[in-house]
Amino acid sequence: MSEAKSTIDRETVEQVAKFGGEHYKYGFESDIDADRAPNGLSEDIVRFISAKKGEPEWLLAWRLDAYERWCTMDEPKWAHVHYPQIDFQDLCYYAAPKSMEDGPKSLDEVDPELLRTYEKLGIPLIEQEMLAGVRKVAVDAVFDSVSVGTTFRDELAKEGIIFCSFSEAVKEHPDLVKKYLGSVIPKSDNYYAALNSAVFSDGSFVYIPPGVRCPMELSTYFRINEANTGQFERTLVIADKGSYVSYLEGCTAPMRDENQLHAAVVELVALEDAEIKYSTVQNWYPGDAEGKGGIYNFVTKRGDCREARARISWTQVETGSAVTWKYPSCILRGDDSSGEFYSIAISNNLQQVDSGTKMIHLGRNTSSKIISKGISAGRSSNAYRGQVSVHPKAANARNFTQCDSLLIGDQCAAHTVPYIEAKNLSAVLEHEATTSKISDDQLFFCRQRGLDPEEAVALIVNGFCRDVLQNLPMEFAVEAQKLVGISLEGSVG
Amino acid sequence: MSALLEISNLQAGIGDKAILKGLDLTIQAGEVHAIMGPNGSGKSTLSYVLSGKDGYDITGGSMQFDGHDLADLQAEERAIAGLFLAFQYPLEIPGVTNMTFLKTALNAVRRGRGEDEMDAASFLRLAREKSRALGMDDDMLKRQLNVGFSGGEKKRNEILQMAMLEPKLAILDETDSGLDIDALKIVAEGVNAQRSPERGMLVITHYQRLLDFIKPDVVHVMANGRIVRSGGPELALELEKSGYADYRGNEAAHA
Repeated sequence: MSEAKSTIDRETVEQVAKFGGEHYKYGFESDIDADRAPNGLSEDIVRFISAKKGEPEWLLAWRLDAYERWCTMDEPKWAHVHYPQIDFQDLCYYAAPKSMEDGPKSLDEVDPELLRTYEKLGIPLIEQEMLAGVRKVAVDAVFDSVSVGTTFRDELAKEGIIFCSFSEAVKEHPDLVKKYLGSVIPKSDNYYAALNSAVFSDGSFVYIPPGVRCPMELSTYFRINEANTGQFERTLVIADKGSYVSYLEGCTAPMRDENQLHAAVVELVALEDAEIKYSTVQNWYPGDAEGKGGIYNFVTKRGDCREARARISWTQVETGSAVTWKYPSCILRGDDSSGEFYSIAISNNLQQVDSGTKMIHLGRNTSSKIISKGISAGRSSNAYRGQVSVHPKAANARNFTQCDSLLIGDQCAAHTVPYIEAKNLSAVLEHEATTSKISDDQLFFCRQRGLDPEEAVALIVNGFCRDVLQNLPMEFAVEAQKLVGISLEGSVG
Repeated sequence: MSALLEISNLQAGIGDKAILKGLDLTIQAGEVHAIMGPNGSGKSTLSYVLSGKDGYDITGGSMQFDGHDLADLQAEERAIAGLFLAFQYPLEIPGVTNMTFLKTALNAVRRGRGEDEMDAASFLRLAREKSRALGMDDDMLKRQLNVGFSGGEKKRNEILQMAMLEPKLAILDETDSGLDIDALKIVAEGVNAQRSPERGMLVITHYQRLLDFIKPDVVHVMANGRIVRSGGPELALELEKSGYADYRGNEAAHA
């Protein structure tokens, strides 16, 4: 039996070896003239970016303060990921399509080449009636460092909803930006958040007024095009009292041999009785089969349930990036507030993932739920890192955590690193964890019913992820299911 | 007319261990054959080698199925060609509903046969019709594949998959194992309902009692990797009385 086993394993390994990055369907590059800052980071570059965007003095001061703090900080080394030292002086911190220099007045003025790029990505920037039965989705598209267009703005404005690029928000709604910027993730929160605070270029801004239920999904699509460019976008979502919004973020990048840095910051603020659902489908270029190229995805995301009965839910499908370092978290400050984290993290080839969440219980009767599904294939490494922390005043806090890992093949790794601390005796915390492998018998069973090996793996993995996929907005759940299959192509023999 | 399945001098094993040692078997369309034999005679290996499970080395002989040389086909290609194996131990797939699994399998097979995929409404109608015919309630289609199913439910579910995929040859591997008499009757009725002049069946069993309910046309005795005796249904009854002792002796003599 052991010999048969080794035959199977060898075949699996050979199949995995055959797999290359060429399956990445978003790997094309667009030929668009860009306006770039000189490489390197200094106070002057921070001033340059701020000037390019015509920012007010207070924001420049904020950036410079962040830069100063960043200079005194060290790169975090605690995550279970390995990559060569990043030369922060060899990166470009600002790139914008040249045609955007004066900024488009409306979508009609957007460079057609840009519109074609987004069309290729399957993201409509032209407002159009969608197919019957499909809800409308408003899109803010961020290309390299700038937002190139936001759809359905007028319709949203009728409800008093603000959905625009971050740069516009600074100009049009400075009071809101000033009040909430950095209020969830302080400038010096961590190394990458400080870097982002100093050089962030653009991103999306959302404000939902009191009592308004946002009538459509809002979404941002991030695209890195320029070579050797970092992308540092910043998203700020504010749901005022009693409001509701569902937000989706998608990401892709061209295939390049060198690594690219993506260090974004996302801040969510939910006030009394408000609810924010934030979903991410992260499909940055993961690098090729030998681990060459790919995005370094070092992202800080945090939501603040600032007042009573606020609810924040993070759902993420992480399939791309060479290295992922990301912990979307919830601060449960308001009494009776709740936070949720649903995650699917898939790693193949030489991808490395260190992802998870933090649930910080501060208020009374707060509850949180964590469902994490990690899938490792090839020679990848996939770690769940989570923290559930109940503070002394958080009476009757509850948490349920379920953390499942699935291994495909015998050269990948899964790690689970949960930190749990309770400083209030009334806390009820549950933690469940499993590790399993797709068995050869399961695969054979599926193949005997006519499924090819890749269909079989996709079916089994989708079953494994079901609890999380169910939480995605319907329009994106189907896409995510397909993506799960594509990401694991070539992972079995 | 050529046979539906023609196995000649089949030799196969795992690594250095020979299990099938020159097996001959011919099944015509419309016939039901039963293979009986003691534990370790190679019955399950035969079902796995026929259906293309990885890990077995075929060292000699041939397997012709409906114009295909089975050795040239991957497991899924054999399924598409119309070969179905009802598993002795059906596998669980958590998170995948029975319905999703049936639909994925049916459409994979249809695609492979150059047919259009079945639309959702027609599929649902067909699945309900076939499952009701097997006395299964609709709830079972919504449950996760084989997760928490009783032994009887799992076996009935295998027969449902067979009914949906409409194979040319169905191999039933120890379908009676773990079933009480009531469950056995239901499963056998399901199998009998699918007997047809176009379809062949190979029923692998350790005990005669299954053959009280699924009447075979031909009964074979397998021992030590070969068919050692063939006859009509009366052979099964004879085995029931005398047991496999004679054949075990045979095996010992070879060893």
